[in-house]
Amino acid sequence: MNKEGLTKKTGILWVALMAYRDGRASSRRLILFMAAIVLGIMAVVAIQSFSANLKENISLQSKSLMGADFLIDSNQFPTDRVLGIIDSLGGSDGMEVNFASMAAFPKADATKLVRVRGIAGDFPIYGALETEPLDAAINYSREGSALVDATAMLQYNLRVGDSVKIGEMTFAIGGALKSAPGSTAISSSVAPPVIIPYEYVEQTGLLQMGSRLEYNYYFKADEDTDLLALDEKVDPILDAENADLDSHLDTSRRLGRRYDNFGKFLNLVAFIALLLGCVGIASSVNIYIREKLKSVAILKCMGATRKQSFYIFLFQIAAMGFIGGVIGALGGVLLQQLFPYILQDFLPFEVTISWVWPPILQGILLGISMSVLFALLPLLGTWFVSPLQVLRIQEHAPKPPRPFLILILSSIMLFVFLFSLSLLENWRYALSFVLGIMVTFAILSGIAGLFMWGIKKYFPSSWGFCARQSLLSLFRPQNQTRTLILAVGVGTFLISTLYFTKDILLAKAQLEPGANSPNIIVLDVQSDQQEGVTGLIEPKGLAVMDNIPIVTMRVQELKGRPVNEIRLDTTSTINGWILSHEFRVTYRDSLIASETLLEGDWVTEYNGNGPIPISLAYNVAQDAEVGLGDAITFNVQGVLMETVVKSIREVDWGRMQLNFSIVFPKGVLEQAPKFHVITTSAKDEASSAELQRDLVSSFPNLSIIDLRQVINLIEDILDKISWVINFMAFFSILTGIIVLIGAVRTSKYQRIRESVLLRTLGAKGRQILKIAALEYLYLGILGSGFGILLSLLGSELLAYFVFETGFTPSVIPFVVVLPGITALVLGIGLLNSTAVLNSPPLQVLRKEKP
Amino acid sequence: MTKILNVSHLRKSYTSGNKELVVLDDISFGIDEGATFSIVGPSGSGKTTLLGLCAGLDKADSGEVLLCGVALSNLNEDERAQLRNREIGFIFQDFQLIPTLTALENVSVPLELQGEKGASATAMELLKKVGLADRSHHYPSQLSGGEQQRVALARAFCNRPRILFADEPTGNLDEETGNKVVQLLFDLNKEAGTTLVIVTHDLELARKTQHILRLKGGKMLSNESLPST
Repeated sequence: MNKEGLTKKTGILWVALMAYRDGRASSRRLILFMAAIVLGIMAVVAIQSFSANLKENISLQSKSLMGADFLIDSNQFPTDRVLGIIDSLGGSDGMEVNFASMAAFPKADATKLVRVRGIAGDFPIYGALETEPLDAAINYSREGSALVDATAMLQYNLRVGDSVKIGEMTFAIGGALKSAPGSTAISSSVAPPVIIPYEYVEQTGLLQMGSRLEYNYYFKADEDTDLLALDEKVDPILDAENADLDSHLDTSRRLGRRYDNFGKFLNLVAFIALLLGCVGIASSVNIYIREKLKSVAILKCMGATRKQSFYIFLFQIAAMGFIGGVIGALGGVLLQQLFPYILQDFLPFEVTISWVWPPILQGILLGISMSVLFALLPLLGTWFVSPLQVLRIQEHAPKPPRPFLILILSSIMLFVFLFSLSLLENWRYALSFVLGIMVTFAILSGIAGLFMWGIKKYFPSSWGFCARQSLLSLFRPQNQTRTLILAVGVGTFLISTLYFTKDILLAKAQLEPGANSPNIIVLDVQSDQQEGVTGLIEPKGLAVMDNIPIVTMRVQELKGRPVNEIRLDTTSTINGWILSHEFRVTYRDSLIASETLLEGDWVTEYNGNGPIPISLAYNVAQDAEVGLGDAITFNVQGVLMETVVKSIREVDWGRMQLNFSIVFPKGVLEQAPKFHVITTSAKDEASSAELQRDLVSSFPNLSIIDLRQVINLIEDILDKISWVINFMAFFSILTGIIVLIGAVRTSKYQRIRESVLLRTLGAKGRQILKIAALEYLYLGILGSGFGILLSLLGSELLAYFVFETGFTPSVIPFVVVLPGITALVLGIGLLNSTAVLNSPPLQVLRKEKP
Repeated sequence: MTKILNVSHLRKSYTSGNKELVVLDDISFGIDEGATFSIVGPSGSGKTTLLGLCAGLDKADSGEVLLCGVALSNLNEDERAQLRNREIGFIFQDFQLIPTLTALENVSVPLELQGEKGASATAMELLKKVGLADRSHHYPSQLSGGEQQRVALARAFCNRPRILFADEPTGNLDEETGNKVVQLLFDLNKEAGTTLVIVTHDLELARKTQHILRLKGGKMLSNESLPST
């Protein structure tokens, strides 16, 4: 007999025809399978396309983002050598000095921490200062007026022509600044920018010791300039002078990386939605194929081979995956148009949206491959079903041999891992993600199994008829308990985790409890201003809580090697920032609450013998590659000081208090030029605002941080982030609902038969509805309840191990998410049941049979 | 005359728990091509199991089935499927039509599997023969039991099988419809010269065949030839 003959003659067309014929009668169910993956693909395609747009826009706009081809920056007024290099490059086209300072708005009787940008020359060379009125961007330097951040102007109800006082100078507001190269929405919300002409900066009196200044010199390069080569050539020389060269390519890379990370995270959230959809497919196809096994057995009886009958349903699922992929990809393209609005708070520029083909094709491929992969296990049933089933009813669906099972499950894991790897580009993260997903799915699935086992074993026989029937439904053959608990659980897990993570981040940023914690930090207090500042604080009934001296210094030598030598040593692995950073150092005789001694001895006071014993924060010691006993020489404003590392501290940088990388003992820096940070605690916003006003009007050079405002800002930023994440989680929730509808619809026929039987035996419609309601209520509560508990557990672990903090979980997941999702499950379930109840039994049976 | 089916020393058992349950034991018989043959016996006597083994739907523990000159034990599942497609037709008690295909599609499937062009036309011819031309586009759920069994008959004969196995073909039909279906079955058998093997416990139906094989408890009680009617 010619083995291949039949296959060749019938071929793929017959398989496709049979798939179509069968699919035609099962179209509703197949559409539901398809819908389960559409949203996940839509989200993945939208994010990937938008990320590609973002990358393209960043590289196209990198010059206007920086405002120049390249810049030279320094945290101090450039040395002669740096100025020489600037000259040798043909001189800069524009320059700025920027620093944080308080600005007073007399009209509003308010003060605010702002970032002052004193600009000279042709800046920005590329891009523009967007102002209202438009010509303010050109006129401000000629008029000697200030451009004030548009949001701050709105906040204080300021208009063009009002005044703003910066340091000793009062400027007329020339215009509202809507955007400027180098300012992002997020950084502007912390310290909104105020642009003034550079020539007036000196007169503000703010260029004094203690101010954190940044000088930027902007350059326009000739078209044939190789910026990378220039960077390689000039940067080492600039490094030695505490300066740096940055090209627009660096900005592009940096920005690209930042948004890439955010994009990857959003991609993962979208991918979870897709995975959830696939679990839905696997489960629905399982029931679907089980119902088709009889037809497959008939086909085999008629002479269809295993391959032919398997291919019919494989083709059907692949076609659904393809259509789902196409619809998802198209939806993704539409969704992509929304992303500039969704992410507008995080983007420093306008993003032009365009079609990007690779994500679209990837979406279609994902649709096919994932639906096939996840449906493969139930599909294999068609391969192993015996034609004998036409004569005898097999109780259980044929089980594929174990090696097949292992092979398919491994393929699914491998696929998920590879896709995660392509998103995260780090195998450790990808592996953690896959393991995390597996553990979550396994726990939820285990809980479902345990629950079914539990009710079977301890069945409450004394319960009423409806309650018992509803429990029986949960573990009857072909039940959907596991799928529904998985779908509901994963969805709830995601939403709750978002809430809890936000709680953790807020808890981490929270002020230390009690009235003894400072909430106002006054920076840049010069030594001779100390008395004046405390003289303004104390009469208001407020206590000066800390008066912390700060001395600025740089590293001169590390373990006997000059930093300039280390810079030139290409084999050195010492972190570069250590070599050029201007450290702000304090001295004291004790540890503070945010510090723990890890190694060595804490020295309270210097006895004058030998090198000065200092204490380093752990991260600084790591980055500088020094340990206990190692020597470090500091340049303290021209004076070299030899020190030795005597202790290493763990510093909790997350705490809202002044922390220091380097602490000197008492008895060394008292006479060094220094400035102070004074802290106090204001009872309410009004007294805080009054104090700030008084301080700024007497001492315009001061910068004041109101921690209350900072917390509000953090909350605001977290709200913005969580809106984006919530938006993405919405896809998972919606997918969960579709999976839910799919699962409920798939088991509809079985439910109808049971309902019809019960009705035939005399059950009333209300009783049948009650049975269904109770069943979905159990599933809803169990799925969402365990989803929330699992998320709480995960968040607690995250808080304990990663953030090292405790947190009070929001009640929202418990009081809103749990009842909300339970009600949703109940609603969908009952909707399905009422449709069954409203039709005559016979009609229902006949209609549902194909 | 050539034997189209030759069964020798067939044995089949199932394991239930630790116990071996012998369903068929030492069954041997032969059927001439074109003959009509019935297998009778009470419920649980092994009739359906024997039919499954003869048609290559299942494998025996021991013994041999030679169907159309081919030893079934030498074939794998797909080869047996192809043999069924070319040489065998089936009629089942519960019709076993594919619910998602129309009557016409159900009938044309075996021909389509052979890759025959014009399968639809042939199928339509057969539907006409069984009086269901006007119901060709109806799904099985839209047909009565008798109509479904007539569609099954058309399907069984559409590939011009050399042998047709019928498992309780009238079991789910009322007497009148059952009689019509049986008449049709024998008419088609005569017309096409197909060998007919009927499993039934309806002795009246069995007596219409040329040979009756009686089974009880998995053993063969008798294999008698009847005078032609």
